[in-house]
Amino acid sequence: MASLFPRLRNNPRASFIATLVVAAVLIVLPFGVGVMGNAWVRALSFACLYVMLALGLNIVVGFAGLLDLGYVAFYAVGAYMYALLASPHLTSNFPALAAAFPNGLHSSIWLSIPLGAALAAFFGVVLGAPVLKLRGDYLAIVTLGFGEIIRIFLNNLNAPLNLTNGPQGITLIEPVKVAGINFGKTQHIFGLEVPSVHMYYFLFLALTVIAITVCLRLQNSRLGRAWMAIREDEIAAKAMGINTRNVKLLAFSLGATFGGVAGAMFSAFQGFVSPESFSLMESIIILAMVVLGGIGHIPGVVLGAILLSVFPEVLRHTVVPVQMQLFGKVLVDAEVLRMLLYGLAMVLIMLYRPRGLWPAPEHGVAPADAGKSVGAKPLIA
Amino acid sequence: MDVILRVTGVNKRFGGLQALSDVGLTIRRGQIYGLIGPNGAGKTTFFNVITGLYTPDSGSFELDGKPYSPTAVHKVAEAGIARTFQNIRLFPDMTALENVMVGRHVRTKATAVGAVLRTPATRAEEAAIRKRSLELLDYVGITRYANFQARTLAYGDQRRLEIARALATDPKLLALDEPAAGMNATEKVGLRELLSNISKDRVTILLIEHDVKLVLGLCDRVTVLDYGKMIAEGTPGDVQRNPAVIEAYLGGSHKDVATKEVA
Repeated sequence: MASLFPRLRNNPRASFIATLVVAAVLIVLPFGVGVMGNAWVRALSFACLYVMLALGLNIVVGFAGLLDLGYVAFYAVGAYMYALLASPHLTSNFPALAAAFPNGLHSSIWLSIPLGAALAAFFGVVLGAPVLKLRGDYLAIVTLGFGEIIRIFLNNLNAPLNLTNGPQGITLIEPVKVAGINFGKTQHIFGLEVPSVHMYYFLFLALTVIAITVCLRLQNSRLGRAWMAIREDEIAAKAMGINTRNVKLLAFSLGATFGGVAGAMFSAFQGFVSPESFSLMESIIILAMVVLGGIGHIPGVVLGAILLSVFPEVLRHTVVPVQMQLFGKVLVDAEVLRMLLYGLAMVLIMLYRPRGLWPAPEHGVAPADAGKSVGAKPLIA
Repeated sequence: MDVILRVTGVNKRFGGLQALSDVGLTIRRGQIYGLIGPNGAGKTTFFNVITGLYTPDSGSFELDGKPYSPTAVHKVAEAGIARTFQNIRLFPDMTALENVMVGRHVRTKATAVGAVLRTPATRAEEAAIRKRSLELLDYVGITRYANFQARTLAYGDQRRLEIARALATDPKLLALDEPAAGMNATEKVGLRELLSNISKDRVTILLIEHDVKLVLGLCDRVTVLDYGKMIAEGTPGDVQRNPAVIEAYLGGSHKDVATKEVA
């Protein structure tokens, strides 16, 4: 908690209590929300996934200042990696593999998640290497293209070798199994009945906590400072001896790793993946989470991800009933309204809070005795 | 006194403009070396060449007895030349302390894994970085702004911060590009004091400056550039009396100009 909120740093007791309260709330939350239906717990699980994705993208966009519009590609890579390793798709399409694994692949998550993450990281470098010299708009266009290339590949890699099963996607993906606990089935823990969606919520929550910790530690490290230096002034960063090529590639690959892990989890949770889930819109929404929450500021990014991922669920459950009540018929579809409100939210944020809902705090605005060094005019704005 | 930087035969052409022709200099350890010249003389170009920002067409470079090739900016910093910029280039949204801590990057080696796992080695290194950076802020006299964002600092303090950040790389040669530009008289006195302190602490300084008074008062040796050529080299006293230098700065007499035009 204290590393998230600097104000708590000088007060370990308050920090400890805050941590306990937040943890208790997060643990009880699905049972409370679950009363309204499992769809809400699903929404919470997805919120966790999106927090992971937004944090990963924040490394690239927020810390290193490299605009990436194709981030969903890494999510897709992680998802498909898990799907291939934990479904009968490969064994049913490749007889040689079926002969080698007569009982199916049934990979352990200790293999499929790291592999998904590693493959995503590799693709991060593949994307990063050619775009090292690009910035801003140019970088955005190339990354956007990269995202689309991955999606189109997934869509078409069903021939000549059926690797991804094309637009139909991959089905029958096995749920996560850890130490004999099958997350796909209702579990009984200490006499408490914990449905599958709740199990996944807890798993994703744990991963989210890890992701936040990793991000915080990276941010306050030699590497984090190097990223920020590149974001602020690349030439000055080079002049300080920072190997900007390696540091940027590291940002791309670490950011991609988060996407890869989130993708693998998505795959296990849904039991089904298809290229449709990894459209450009998805990249844009993840970027919107980062920008709306507070680019480069971890609590802000988490807030943005939660707001933008839970919000559509709220709309889905309210738009139609409210309209039925008011007009007796449905005038605007929830989906249409969602995009309208997203757009409106972005416009309002850019107008009134351009640094996001919860931006990084400003440090020491204009020293009080700045006038002493006469001609006090900050040269850099 | 041994040689810290020896540069010879640097040529640099931008399209039709020969920005530098056969420029070279030799800086000895502990010196404050001045590079002066009128506007457009090629001072900053030369500076950007030795720090790797521009690739020269020719030239040989030797730092502390070892040849170095100024092909990548970050390698020059690693080799031991730290620079500041004519138009201050701080990391504006980072705090003053963080700015200096970035300067320690090249002399430290914590990895992403170390940072995530918070290994004892990483934590010790991080503490050392912070300590050294605070020392440097104190050294240039802006400790009280340690936690202020760099962009909020007064102009003179931004200059000092840039010098502290450069010193954080443990340079063999500190190269300053017009540090007094835009400073008022009081700030210049302060800067002069700071530079002579740095020099006393055995850091060699290469100083590009417009302010002839500052250079002549501070430097041990001076090279004068004009139109990309070296027109004089020597002690400040020698250079001051050199007719070519006087002409470059003040313009020749009318008679000379007339003869030149005829020729």
